[in-house]
Amino acid sequence: MLGFFALLGRKTLDSFGRLGRATLFLLRALAGLPSLLPRPTLVIQQLYSIGVLSLLIIVVSGVFVGMVLALQGYNTLVTFGAEQSLGVLVALSLLRELGPVVTALLFAGRAGSALTAEIGLMKTTEQLSGMEMMAVDPMKRVVAPRLLAGFIAMPLLAAIFSFLGIMGAYVVSVATLGVDDGAFWSQMQSAVDFREDVMNGVIKSLVFGFVASWIAVFEGYDCEPTSEGVSRATTRTVVHTSLAVLGLDFVLTAVMFG
Amino acid sequence: MAKQRIIEIWVGLFVAAGFAALFGLAMQVSNIPVFQTTEGYDVTMRFENVGGLRERAPVTMSGVRVGRVKSIALDERTYEALVTITIESRFDRIPEDTSASIFTSGLLGEQYIALDAGGTDWYLEEGDEIALTQGALVLERLIGRFLTSMGQGDD
Repeated sequence: MLGFFALLGRKTLDSFGRLGRATLFLLRALAGLPSLLPRPTLVIQQLYSIGVLSLLIIVVSGVFVGMVLALQGYNTLVTFGAEQSLGVLVALSLLRELGPVVTALLFAGRAGSALTAEIGLMKTTEQLSGMEMMAVDPMKRVVAPRLLAGFIAMPLLAAIFSFLGIMGAYVVSVATLGVDDGAFWSQMQSAVDFREDVMNGVIKSLVFGFVASWIAVFEGYDCEPTSEGVSRATTRTVVHTSLAVLGLDFVLTAVMFG
Repeated sequence: MAKQRIIEIWVGLFVAAGFAALFGLAMQVSNIPVFQTTEGYDVTMRFENVGGLRERAPVTMSGVRVGRVKSIALDERTYEALVTITIESRFDRIPEDTSASIFTSGLLGEQYIALDAGGTDWYLEEGDEIALTQGALVLERLIGRFLTSMGQGDD
């Protein structure tokens, strides 16, 4: 019985310790951002592996999510004779929710896990310690560029996702479901507000990008330096990012649209 | 070095695609208020009931949009709704005795103000008031009135 309480207490203290470490880590990484200014190549390299290499999954899922939304929405709306509002339905759900959230989840799976594994392996093979030996700060050389690339890539990926989703929905609804071309766009344009819908979606994706890259980089840096530790850290990245994104999404939605 | 260059090109394409998507969302999907600050003159009018009319709702004449609703307020003396609309300055020859009514687009759609041109040679200017107005038809009231008149018919 006592053992149970001891375990509980240790776990609680552990998780607070992790949260504190993560915050201090973030502050140190942010302090390393200015040192990237003279060396943008580091960030470009990371933008390639985080952003460009995630494009394929974002493009394909964006188009398909849009097409499925159009099909599903049509089935419901057509019973009310309101299939002209299909564009509104698709655009609002993509811009406000699905674009940022699904992109963040895919980002966690595609880019976040890779970041954690990469940094974790660097730690396991003592490359990070090696850098320190050579008076190179791994915070500035390894962590900061990855973090910054994540911040930049995520909103762009979310924008691409939403845009292609709407295009996919457009193709399905106009070409195969017979929704009027003009009504699709005009109803969408009159219902979607730039500041209210598009910008709030961008703000969401900025927040998600920040959180996702932070978690991924921290898990890698903080992992146990064994092969098992790296694998556990990678799993944790995906799980924690998904939970954080969904939880934050609720808070942000309540604040923005509540 | 060549590999580095390819990476840079890809990243450039990625960033460009991202901003292009954002730009596409802004232009094609939403109506940017920044570009739509209607330049024009303000005209006021009073309605008995504005129903579900909202700010930025369209103001049309013969179905063509000529302006937008700027503000909706309550006149605390007469307890009527005081609606200010902005009419685009290129529509500067709207007769002074024009009447305004609130209609609904479709059965349950958005509400808008429709202007019906009058016949005088005097045109509306900044700060004028449209005197002839007809407020929104509230569906519940209409049904209520219909039911009362049916009830009276039975007697």
